[in-house]
Amino acid sequence: MSVHTLTVDGVEVAVPEGASLLDAVRAAGVELPTLCHLDGLSPVGACRLCLVEMESSGHLQPACATAAGEGMAVLTQTPQLQHYRRMAVELFFAEGNHVCAFCVANGNCELQDVAVAVGMDHSRFPYQYPNRRVDASHPQFAIDHHRCILCTRCVRVCDEIEGAHVWDVANRGSECSIIAGLDQPWGEVQACTSCGKCVDVCPTGAIFRKDDTTGEKEANRERAGLLRSAREHHQWQNQ
Amino acid sequence: MTIPSTKLRFATVWLAGCSGCHMSFLDLDEWLFELAEHVDVVFSPVASDLKTYPEQVDVCLVEGAVANVDNLELALQLRQRTRLVISFGDCAVTGNVPALRNLWADVDGGSRQSVLDRSYLELADTGAQHPHAPGIVPELLERVRPLHEVIPVDLYLPGCPPSAERIRAAIEPLLRGETPAMEGTAMLQFG
Repeated sequence: MSVHTLTVDGVEVAVPEGASLLDAVRAAGVELPTLCHLDGLSPVGACRLCLVEMESSGHLQPACATAAGEGMAVLTQTPQLQHYRRMAVELFFAEGNHVCAFCVANGNCELQDVAVAVGMDHSRFPYQYPNRRVDASHPQFAIDHHRCILCTRCVRVCDEIEGAHVWDVANRGSECSIIAGLDQPWGEVQACTSCGKCVDVCPTGAIFRKDDTTGEKEANRERAGLLRSAREHHQWQNQ
Repeated sequence: MTIPSTKLRFATVWLAGCSGCHMSFLDLDEWLFELAEHVDVVFSPVASDLKTYPEQVDVCLVEGAVANVDNLELALQLRQRTRLVISFGDCAVTGNVPALRNLWADVDGGSRQSVLDRSYLELADTGAQHPHAPGIVPELLERVRPLHEVIPVDLYLPGCPPSAERIRAAIEPLLRGETPAMEGTAMLQFG
């Protein structure tokens, strides 16, 4: 297997061909905040939190969706990157209706965690208060679009791992939203197998089990990666 | 002759919030005695009975969002009279629960009418009527805002409520003239 050698913040790392810049950054022991990325799912580069700077050009690239190449040199913690990361997180909070206090995922939310990671003590952007929907038509689960950050993890896990493709993305800009089936109530979409993988991978409290109330969501965000390695590498949890 | 006090002039203010942040402040328990050795509480819903916000306040903890004309007036006044203003808890920092009515800003009548109709007409068991007492019951603002959208804020202390430990960790350095390090889950996590 061929190997690429590159530097991350001046530290030399070697990663196998096909690895992403995010893999290389992690191999260098650097922690980058991510929201849309999830091990086991294809990369989309939607959240822009893992942006890194290419030393040669100064261009910013999402590490998750950029292939690591021989001789690359990337910076991960420049003041500009830190500024953009915090700005991106503030925009997530301002764009939706993220009220941690009574959220089902309070204390188990990746958006809440990245806010701490980037040092967000308040949002400099005015909150938009979009009047979105809650779809509780499924017998076991519900989706609260107010808490959705459009990371598309649910879309990808349902398509790539479960093979049901219940979820998709509709509309653009501030109207953009996750839809079930042909923009139907979730409970009416016959393709849904009620496997719960979308609940497990959702980074926030947007998709949750109806049994759970404030702070009770226990997501199993490793599930996609475990299933992927079981299928492709025949590595099972109990081995 | 009176000796000028070297204590900090300390205030707490309660705008549109549930008072949970103040309850958490009282959870400081015996440390409140220590605090009292370093500060004069010059205005507070839990520690004084003054109705007028005094001049030359050093530090003020402001709980709650800005939701009505009284909140707005007091926020503007305290900014003029206070050296260090702290957004105290998620309602002051983000708007939080009191600001949820902003979701109805675009419906007929706006958020103010919607929340009043819902609370006083639709959910009334008997005697459904809007509260109306000019000069006594403050008018609601159409949009509920976090404190920093109304006045400059010097320090943000998030949490719903911030724990007593977090409040102490934010206040203690101020008593020594230092700025607290607001970082990490223990100091910053919302909710």
